Amino acid sequence: MEAEVLEKSRAAQSSVPLLAVEDLHVRFETSRGTVRAVEGISYSVNRGEVVAVVGESGCGKSVSALTIMRLLAKSGRVTGGRILLEGRNLLDLSDEEMRAVRGHEISMIFQEPMTSLNPVLPIGMQIMEPLLIHLKMTEDQAQARALELMHQVGITDGERRLAQYPHQLSGGMRQRVMIAIGLACKPKLIIADEPTTALDVTIQAQILELMKNLSRELGIALVIITHNLGIVARYADRVNVMYAAQIIEKGTADDIFLQPGHPYTNGLMRSVPRLDEPRGSKLQTIEGLPPDLRMPPEGCRFAARCPHRIEKCALPIELIPVGDSHEARCHRVDEIMAGTLKVEFPSGSAVTSQAKKSDKPILEVAHLKKYFGVKAAGAGFFSNEMATVRAVDDVSFAIAEGETLGLVGESGCGKTTVGRVVLRLDEATDGTIKFGTTDVTHHSGREMRGLRRKIQVIFQDPYSSLNPRMTVGEIIAEPLKVYGIVPEKKARLDRVGELLSQVGLFPYMAERYPHELSGGQRQRVGIARALALEPSLIVCDEPVSALDVSIQGQVINLLEDLQQRLGLTYLFIAHDLAVVRHISDRVIVMYLGKVMELADRDEIYARPLHPYTKALLDAAPIPDPKIERARAPRALRGEIPSPLNPPTGCVFHTRCPIALDVCKQQSPAVRELKPGHLSACHRAEEILEGKVLQGA
Amino acid sequence: MLLYTLKRLLLTIPTLIGVAVLVFFMLRVVPGDIVEVKLRGDGGNVTQEVVEQERKRLGLDRPLLVQFGDYMLGLAKFDLGISMWTERPVIEEIMIRLELSLEVAILATIFATIISIPLGTLAALYRNTWIDYVVRIITIGGLSIPSFWFGMIIMLTLLALFNWLPPITFTPIYVDPVANLSQLIWPALAVGYRYCAVTARMIRSSLLEVLAEDYIRTARAKGVYEKLVVSRHALRNALLPAITVMGLEFAFLIGGLVVTEQVFNLNGIGQLFVQSVSRNDFMLIQGMVILIACFYVVINLVVDLLYAVFDPRIRYGN
Repeated sequence: MEAEVLEKSRAAQSSVPLLAVEDLHVRFETSRGTVRAVEGISYSVNRGEVVAVVGESGCGKSVSALTIMRLLAKSGRVTGGRILLEGRNLLDLSDEEMRAVRGHEISMIFQEPMTSLNPVLPIGMQIMEPLLIHLKMTEDQAQARALELMHQVGITDGERRLAQYPHQLSGGMRQRVMIAIGLACKPKLIIADEPTTALDVTIQAQILELMKNLSRELGIALVIITHNLGIVARYADRVNVMYAAQIIEKGTADDIFLQPGHPYTNGLMRSVPRLDEPRGSKLQTIEGLPPDLRMPPEGCRFAARCPHRIEKCALPIELIPVGDSHEARCHRVDEIMAGTLKVEFPSGSAVTSQAKKSDKPILEVAHLKKYFGVKAAGAGFFSNEMATVRAVDDVSFAIAEGETLGLVGESGCGKTTVGRVVLRLDEATDGTIKFGTTDVTHHSGREMRGLRRKIQVIFQDPYSSLNPRMTVGEIIAEPLKVYGIVPEKKARLDRVGELLSQVGLFPYMAERYPHELSGGQRQRVGIARALALEPSLIVCDEPVSALDVSIQGQVINLLEDLQQRLGLTYLFIAHDLAVVRHISDRVIVMYLGKVMELADRDEIYARPLHPYTKALLDAAPIPDPKIERARAPRALRGEIPSPLNPPTGCVFHTRCPIALDVCKQQSPAVRELKPGHLSACHRAEEILEGKVLQGA
Repeated sequence: MLLYTLKRLLLTIPTLIGVAVLVFFMLRVVPGDIVEVKLRGDGGNVTQEVVEQERKRLGLDRPLLVQFGDYMLGLAKFDLGISMWTERPVIEEIMIRLELSLEVAILATIFATIISIPLGTLAALYRNTWIDYVVRIITIGGLSIPSFWFGMIIMLTLLALFNWLPPITFTPIYVDPVANLSQLIWPALAVGYRYCAVTARMIRSSLLEVLAEDYIRTARAKGVYEKLVVSRHALRNALLPAITVMGLEFAFLIGGLVVTEQVFNLNGIGQLFVQSVSRNDFMLIQGMVILIACFYVVINLVVDLLYAVFDPRIRYGN
């Protein structure tokens, strides 16, 4: 009955889009001036449609979403435009009317599942809340509906889960709970702000698949806000690309991916390494930074970074229609669409010859183990009963001089611990680490001192790994001073300037403090600091994962460039398969502290001999809608088990699509199946012969 | 949880032993003893012989270690010894005053809780508006005005406006609640002001922090009533740091009200403390220090247990 009425009202209004954002302007008053965060964006969302808003950080995509919900921070205000939900302007509603819309007609799913749920309230209560408030359900009804929702979002044993608190759930589980909350009142529209950015790639695939299916089954429209083009290609019907507070291109997914009209869109797609394309050349990069939104340029906002800029680009520009529903904000869009202008971004010289690699290993790690003791869950107060987390469990590899070894895996796989033990920041529990010809496994602090110069590190987070009270110059000069390499102050300054230019910054930046630099610039400072001591090995721990797509490309190119010029060796730790594939010579895949597979880069991506590697590759979205649509839905089930209590036998067997009984009992050895290709799977031979995991 | 509590209580024993040892020897390091105060304190001229005799009577002539052993043995039997001045059991001396001090502390806590939660919440919700400024003035006043002075103002006001002064003799609450409260409510108010100011400021800042959390945004995005967003989602998280502050403040109130007690002419623990120190009544001082230490330890435990009640992430024992 209710459904019928709903159906009718929907049919009656079908000419009106579900949501129409019209010429929206949002400004933020800050102590340093007015930031024009959103300037004149317009887009619409039809019933049951999936619309993506893509852009880099600071482009205004999240602000525009929060504005729809009217959840802007107090310093933000809407200075123009309308937001129509079925023809009703949300900006005209009273606070109370708007409250009734939130969670009932529109819900929102946020990026950080770890912090988006209230830690002191039970899950059940948090799911039931909108039901009690909007639908005026009784406690019992709400509870029944909550159970139904838990089931819908793929949480088994819902009854027990309802009484649990957020900290008892994994990140993926929490995001499922967030989705359940979003779905609770059967809203017409769900806005998902980077819903999977904080999740591991196999979990990301599960969550996106779930959201897509739910929206299709329940006819809920979905606005996905993301920086990840791969996600967009697979899930979006229509795409809006944002840059510097404006939409610079909009169209169907096919339009955007197959024939992008704006150079920025084009550049975004070129600057991410891709799994589906041959590798071997440098990434094209968009140089420079987005404009300051306190005083954006009058003309095309991308002009300053655009390789095809002409005089006309200094003039203001609107979105120009180039197809049925395809528009782009570029003065030269006609040339681009006609194919007379080929968009090319600088990429530096192609990697013609790989840096000279010797066979001499610079680092040899053999049977490395690192166990952490944590207090056992059931242990008594006075007992010293400890549970052991086998963070790294029997890992062996060698890196040759001038080589890049990639280390990939999801969170908790032990990749960062390997890096820390190699750096001797953590003591190995067992095994040996040889640097050059010296066994450094148990070197004392003083013995390490000389060697530390040779092994340096680049950290993930350029925001927290630089001391905010030191200038860039001081940060870079510190190791030079500590090691007495350049004792005179004057010479040290020169060296700092030299290092800064080496990483593509200007020597005058030595005077600045880290907060005055952008994320990409900070990461360059981190690299300059690592280079200061002229190391031979650099451990790069997720060096680009905190950076925006266009900046990632710049930093990756820089790392490659430095490697060639200085003959560096990298241990490159990352979770992004495409980035690792792009930069590495050989790749190790880890899962729960163990090596799953090790092989040459091309070999491992083309012919993985471990079901986990295969699953990772399948789960990674590729920014091409045609390829994405043709791919089978990703099937890797379940969660990553707790490293406190890893599965017996092969640690991957609980999620493996081809597990046998033997996998549950016996831990497979890492064996060489082809020259240089190692796998730890009982069925690796069968995979090699093509008997299982077809299409591998 | 019960097991955890028991274990925590057991663990207080070494702490208390440490306190006992420390206070015992520290007192003996300071020159002078009770006999000198007693017999020569007022400039009285007493022969050395008499002094020695008195020392002998009180057992102060024995070797230090013997005295110490004796004392610790007593403690093991929950015997705090006998006051050297009044020669009544220490425990008795303390208990008479504890009832009063404890009541003042509890009343002040109730007062502070009732006032500080709404005050802190209002200040946070209306940050940088006149409401916040008024609250700020009130709380800064509480922090900077000494309780004894505020107590005097209260007394004078009562006298000037109503020509009335609270009763001077202590009546236990179970005997005559009206008489009891009409005496103790004023000192509780005087010390409660400061207490309330500290807590309100704590609640304001922690609530501001919590209101900026992602899960508050989630609650709003769900369409939860703003009132519920604050009371159900934010306050529960924001009260945790306030509990710590309140615990410490409570423990302080038990023994720290020296001057305020004077103003209201209360015979409480604070007064007893001052008396026993000025008389060099070692046994009484020791007993009181141990008692206060006990309070601190127990209140800390209570705070920890309260944390577990408010925050499900904290689970003790299993």
